[in-house]
Amino acid sequence: MTKQVQQLDRVIIRFAGDSGDGMQLTGDRFTAETAQFGNDLSTLPNFPAEIRAPAGTLPGVSSFQLHFADHDILTPGDAPNVLVAMNPAALKANIGDLPRGADIIANTDEFTKRNLQKVGYPGNPLEDDSLKEWRLHAVPLTSLTVRALDGFDISKKDAERAKNMFALGLLSWMYNRPTEGTIKFLESKFARKPEIAKANIAAFQAGWNYGETTESFSVSYEIKPATLAPGVYRNISGNQALSYGLIAGAVQAKLPLFLGSYPITPASDILHELSKHKRFGIRTFQAEDEIAGVAAALGASFGGSLGVTTTSGPGVALKAETVGLAVTTELPLIVVDVQRAGPSTGMPTKTEQTDLLMAMYGRNGESPVPVLAPATPSDCFTMAVEAARIAVKYRTPVMLLSDGYLANGSEPWRIPEVSELPDITAPFTTEPNGEDGTYLPFKRDPETLARPWAVPGTPGLEHRIGGIEKADGTGNISYDPDNHDRMVRLRQAKIDGIDVPDLTVDDPGGDARVLVLGWGSTYGPIAAAARRVRAAGHKVAQAHLRHLNPLPANTGEVLRSYDKVLLPEINLGQLAMLLRARFLVDVISYNRVRGLPFKAEELAAVIGEVIESD
Amino acid sequence: MTSAELPASGRTPLNGGLNGKGLALIPRTDAKQTLKDFKSDQEVRWCPGCGDYAILAAVQSFLPELGLRRENIVFVSGIGCSSRFPYYLNTYGFHSIHGRAPAIATGLAASRPDLSVWVITGDGDALSIGGNHLIHALRRNVNLNILLFNNRIYGLTKGQYSPTSEIGKITKSTPMGSLDKPFNPISLALGAEAGFVARTMDSDRKHLQGVLRQAAEHRGASLVEIYQNCNIFNDGAFDTLKDPGTRDEITVRLEHGQPIVFGTGENERAVRLSPTGGVEVVRRAEVSDGEILVHDAHNPDPSLAFALSRLDEPAFEHVPMGVFRSVDRPSYDHLLNEQVATATADKGEGSLADLLHGGDTWTIG
Repeated sequence: MTKQVQQLDRVIIRFAGDSGDGMQLTGDRFTAETAQFGNDLSTLPNFPAEIRAPAGTLPGVSSFQLHFADHDILTPGDAPNVLVAMNPAALKANIGDLPRGADIIANTDEFTKRNLQKVGYPGNPLEDDSLKEWRLHAVPLTSLTVRALDGFDISKKDAERAKNMFALGLLSWMYNRPTEGTIKFLESKFARKPEIAKANIAAFQAGWNYGETTESFSVSYEIKPATLAPGVYRNISGNQALSYGLIAGAVQAKLPLFLGSYPITPASDILHELSKHKRFGIRTFQAEDEIAGVAAALGASFGGSLGVTTTSGPGVALKAETVGLAVTTELPLIVVDVQRAGPSTGMPTKTEQTDLLMAMYGRNGESPVPVLAPATPSDCFTMAVEAARIAVKYRTPVMLLSDGYLANGSEPWRIPEVSELPDITAPFTTEPNGEDGTYLPFKRDPETLARPWAVPGTPGLEHRIGGIEKADGTGNISYDPDNHDRMVRLRQAKIDGIDVPDLTVDDPGGDARVLVLGWGSTYGPIAAAARRVRAAGHKVAQAHLRHLNPLPANTGEVLRSYDKVLLPEINLGQLAMLLRARFLVDVISYNRVRGLPFKAEELAAVIGEVIESD
Repeated sequence: MTSAELPASGRTPLNGGLNGKGLALIPRTDAKQTLKDFKSDQEVRWCPGCGDYAILAAVQSFLPELGLRRENIVFVSGIGCSSRFPYYLNTYGFHSIHGRAPAIATGLAASRPDLSVWVITGDGDALSIGGNHLIHALRRNVNLNILLFNNRIYGLTKGQYSPTSEIGKITKSTPMGSLDKPFNPISLALGAEAGFVARTMDSDRKHLQGVLRQAAEHRGASLVEIYQNCNIFNDGAFDTLKDPGTRDEITVRLEHGQPIVFGTGENERAVRLSPTGGVEVVRRAEVSDGEILVHDAHNPDPSLAFALSRLDEPAFEHVPMGVFRSVDRPSYDHLLNEQVATATADKGEGSLADLLHGGDTWTIG
């Protein structure tokens, strides 16, 4: 049978199934094949907090969305072109996001009476005409897999479990993906169980062959590689990029990295990743609680390490007092907050930008800290290096605000050459800096206002620091009112004076009257929305803040040079409040707090409304 | 069992052969040190008569004996009267926040095996707000010397009851008497299987310094409870242990390898195993020599040491002082650094370029 090959410029696929169906793995593999092929891509995993919610139920649905294209793209896509539904729950949970005409590949074997009842389907939607507005491919994925694996020395259960590889094979055929990587991956993943490895590879190949031979699939698609900037690329998630950035920061600062951390979703993967790289001299410490995590990191910083703690919002709340201690003792420290939906436990696996004000102000006293926020998964690398630079140069704790969307999402990353990375060394103090050979731990660098950093083991510089207010210069305990006022202002001035690059504005025509501003993970959807608005013939300028404290020096000037400033945030207007207070600019907020990233279409509509109003 | 039959400490090769040589990794000095070298220029500001003065003097005069380079000694404290301690010592020091000193010191000690790290804490700091960090530092066996100044009261916040105050304590916050049963810090530390656990007294400089020396030389976590008098809010809490008239009748001196006997004359008493699995105090005259428990601080099983720690129940009738337990097991910093060394030896020192280019890559242009 000759199959038709159709050219597409981009596709959005969503794999959805029970949390035990291996959808994240399937999505990861399809992503790897797609990256290998050279498309630009962006991913959005979406999974329940429950490790194994009851099988076949709506809360147990786990999904993975992948957007790939022959040109550079910015988001994991608003609406899927293809939904792979491994069971009725996956269909029901995702059909609402599926535009009419999209493809549905449904695993008919799981559409049993019992499974349909579990999610409240009165009849079988694959058999009535309720899905007639979509292109339905009803495929008995499980039984086809089991049949393909007939003759393998594995249990029926193991055979059934390989159905995700069958689905991956089918999709790989549909989109002409390279397969060697997945075969190699399966061989290595199941190296200790060669029969399981062979069975999974066989299921994967059977899926491919099924696509090629069955009449149900008459078309396959080709999406040409994207033309990205020259360089060596890899696909990387935000948490992995952030981990690598922390390692790079320590290497570039020539300091051993010490991570004190307590497991918490969605930050734990950074702890896992860093614990694998001890040969960089990295010490990882899984503490008894969030407080001990940051406290140990600060203790290590006192001893001359680059202390780091990684957590999510609830953990930041617990660490606040210790971060305050780091502020007043003026020691380097990196606090990574992978934000998640709150308040309290909130929705641990869902994303939000609601910790900005906590990062800025969530401590007692005047306690300024630099706050940074990466814009994309791969930008987590750059901003982690930047956090290390600021922490070391200015002897200060730094808050790095990632979020669940960045942490788990992935994109191709042009790997930087090590020689492109900044040298961020800031040597320890080894000689007395006061009169008569004394050491003044709070005598500041006149330019940066940073204090010297003399670590234990340095003869002649023995000194004491602590949480009690210190006399300017000597660091001795001081309750002097004027000294306190001076120290409060010095600590603030040090943070205010951090060298931060200017805010750049993307305004192709140079005469837009509306600026859409963002920070953190909203970069992709905002930029994609701006493209749509421009493609529709309107003018909009875009700017994105990655330094939130201090803000770039030209921020006020940029804001004031537009008639209107629109600021979408996945919170109730936290940055908007800061900008209004600081610059007296009437920022227009757009806020949705659904635990999900914005959609480009949604933001394009909002930008359009702002452009058209009055 | 006689002292000759007691097993030697360090039965298993641990800590890379550092057992019993707890200071081996810390740089030493040949220069003669004196008490004066360890005094900082800061004015000591505890209430006149406070037991902390005696402890400070004992520490300042004992540190020179260790022969360590002063710059390799760090005192870390939390919050409370005792936590001012680091300011008065001319070493490195970190006066931190309430309860967190063991956690801060853990990061320091784990990353710097060349430091002698001392944690100064009190009964409130260590056992209330910082209780979690204390037990975890002990179970991990972080290379720390934790000095817990126990005055059985909150001093700095002006006189509320503490987690070691006796039940029924009348204080500002408990006008009708406190309700909660106190912690016994020694029992708690033994329950966490701390390697070195001892109790001593602020006013007994010789005993205090002897215990501190053993703690310093122990590689791993050491917990030293120091009974310390707060003459403002809980004066006389340990008078029966200090008064020459009662002292010898209630103090049970623990010495490794020695039969546990105390008291004088007709009141001489001994400790023996009780039928219920614990230990009990009996009149010396009523037991044979063989029945008397011989103290084995090096017993890997902490059960007997725990039983001894219960002898002060109820109400300080007899109070063991000295080293309850001193056993060697690998210290946390040793194990952590060994993993770093192993990873480096196995795969070579990390290369950033290789790390970044790991995994599946593709080239454009």
